[in-house]
Amino acid sequence: MAKTLGPVRRAFAPWDDPSATPLIRFEAITKRFGDFTAIDNVSLDIYEREFFALLGPSGCGKTTLMRMLAGFETPTEGRVLLDGEDISQVPPHKRPVNMMFQSYALFPHMSVADNIAFGLKQDGLPAGDIKARVEEMLSLVKLEPFARRRPDQLSGGQRQRVALARSLAKRPKVLLLDEPLGALDKKLREETQFELMDLQEKLGMTFLIVTHDQEEAMTVADRIAVMNHGSFEQIDPPSVIYEQPNSRYVADFIGDVNLLDGALETRGGARVFSSKALSNPLPVMPPDDTPDGSACIAIRPEKLSVSLTEPEQADGLAMLKGTVWDIAYMGDVSIFHVRLSDEVCTGQDKDETVPVLRATIANTTRLVERPIAWDDAVWVTWQADAAVVLPR
Amino acid sequence: MSAGGSSAWGRRLVIAVPYIWLLVFFLAPFVLVLRISLSEVAIAMPPYVPVFDLGAGWDRFVADLGRLSFANYEWLAGDPLYINSYLSSLRIAFVSTVLTLLIGFPIAYGMASAPRGLRPILMMLVILPFWTSFLIRVYAWIGILKPEGLLTLFGQTIGILSGDEQFRILNTTTAVYIGIVYSYLPFMVLPLYAALERLDGSLLEAAQDLGCPPLKAFWVITVPLALPGIIAGCFLVFIPAVGEFVIPDLLGGSDTLMIGRTLWNEFFNNRDWPVSSAVAVLLLLVLIIPIVAFQQAQQRQQEAAR
Repeated sequence: MAKTLGPVRRAFAPWDDPSATPLIRFEAITKRFGDFTAIDNVSLDIYEREFFALLGPSGCGKTTLMRMLAGFETPTEGRVLLDGEDISQVPPHKRPVNMMFQSYALFPHMSVADNIAFGLKQDGLPAGDIKARVEEMLSLVKLEPFARRRPDQLSGGQRQRVALARSLAKRPKVLLLDEPLGALDKKLREETQFELMDLQEKLGMTFLIVTHDQEEAMTVADRIAVMNHGSFEQIDPPSVIYEQPNSRYVADFIGDVNLLDGALETRGGARVFSSKALSNPLPVMPPDDTPDGSACIAIRPEKLSVSLTEPEQADGLAMLKGTVWDIAYMGDVSIFHVRLSDEVCTGQDKDETVPVLRATIANTTRLVERPIAWDDAVWVTWQADAAVVLPR
Repeated sequence: MSAGGSSAWGRRLVIAVPYIWLLVFFLAPFVLVLRISLSEVAIAMPPYVPVFDLGAGWDRFVADLGRLSFANYEWLAGDPLYINSYLSSLRIAFVSTVLTLLIGFPIAYGMASAPRGLRPILMMLVILPFWTSFLIRVYAWIGILKPEGLLTLFGQTIGILSGDEQFRILNTTTAVYIGIVYSYLPFMVLPLYAALERLDGSLLEAAQDLGCPPLKAFWVITVPLALPGIIAGCFLVFIPAVGEFVIPDLLGGSDTLMIGRTLWNEFFNNRDWPVSSAVAVLLLLVLIIPIVAFQQAQQRQQEAAR
């Protein structure tokens, strides 16, 4: 990659190393349920110590793919390899992989300690070892005082920890997390995301998480695979997924984005993007091999600036004139909806063909002398390299 | 507050209803039967000498207490017919309950694992026999089991039996087992189904995921979680089966001893009301132990569900 995008989490990128051997390999996997193709010929490598996220809307095949690794689904075509071994036909109870279920699936007739000990007992470990490991797991998830409780005597967050401890107790080669935080409230979910990351780093294990929550995937994962209709749209680290989406689908699915349709042209050696809906062409900086013609640009709302006075023209500055249509004050940021048109209009006579840009502006000062108000004429600007050119 | 007062009365009334019901339809008849069981048989109408004459006043009542006759109970204890009837009833009820459980569990398991849309239909099929009179269904078994009946015909058709051989099942204890298992199967299937349907399928997946083979997962997850249903089903079959009268009378042989049948004979053939009442009182005492155990199991289930 020519340019580093966003913060680098840590010097860990085995996927960029051609000599690295993957821990998990999905090889040309197809899964059909009757006429329905849940997974359509996908291949994926996941490396040891990686925190990998499968992200997509419900029904995109992400859970099916994970369940194949656990052994609850078998591929119609293709193979699943773990440590170089084909495990496609190995039954779930013989796989060195454990899963944390979305519903937690805690055994209601067993205490917390017995739940955690369950997998260890199946391996026939000596009682002393089991006891020691259960205590270790209880302290790992800070649930020592609750060892003798039944699952129905615990809160949602505590149950989530028991499920995590139970799935970690056997020290699996891979831990599968199926929407692990879906049942928690927002604040607890955010806390737990960081705890999961710390835990994964501390244990040095490989985690595979399935989620439909893009923030969750962005927070915890080293790499994210964005799935749609049974195939991968993009597999990249979170910052690349966000800043360099490779398709309109990914750009739209991850975070907020402004999408403008038009055409890519070359004018006097420079690349510009133009559209009938826009008053002037916009400078863009696509990779050199991008052909001219029909295209779309994606600009994140926080990359935009809004000003009441006309900024000076500069090279590589994209500028559009518009009218403030709507303002949402969120405290930390304000969101401006700017119609790219000079005229002021009300809701009834809004022309749907006029594009509206969303700009997120950080409220960096407490008091502003002349805040931007409804119906103000404003200029929206951004740096040309902030816009990503995508095929339409 | 007046509203609070009236709601308290309302609550008392609601609680009183089942107690009044029990008092009128259970306790009062039981006291009558108990009274008859303590009387002496007589050729009269009704055929016993009443012990208590409530119209005779308190002093007479106290005097009567001293003259209570436990002769009927001594008679029961002394005659092996009654003891054998009790033991035979308990044995037949126990074996039938085990058979019903063995047949009912796979049925309930199948129903609970069937597609959601199919389940009400399967449930309907289990309940459907109730729409026909119990007596008619037991009579139907006579038609099936008798030597020249449908079962023999079927056996001859598929070639298990040669032309002149016949099944000799009717009027044996085997026929009684068939009748009881058939009649009480829904009482086993329904509570089992209720317990198994609630079972979260991901629990079995979790067990397998943690290294437990499917068959073992059945024993350590499914069975313990279905236990309240198993207990409920077993009591719902066992308790009425002990006192069953119609099935042994219609399908059983003369050697099939069951307490319900003995009681009927005593009451209608011998017209010995006091002895038959004593049999009934003892039957109740024999059953009270499993009934109390059943209620405690139910209470535990309710507490677990909370």
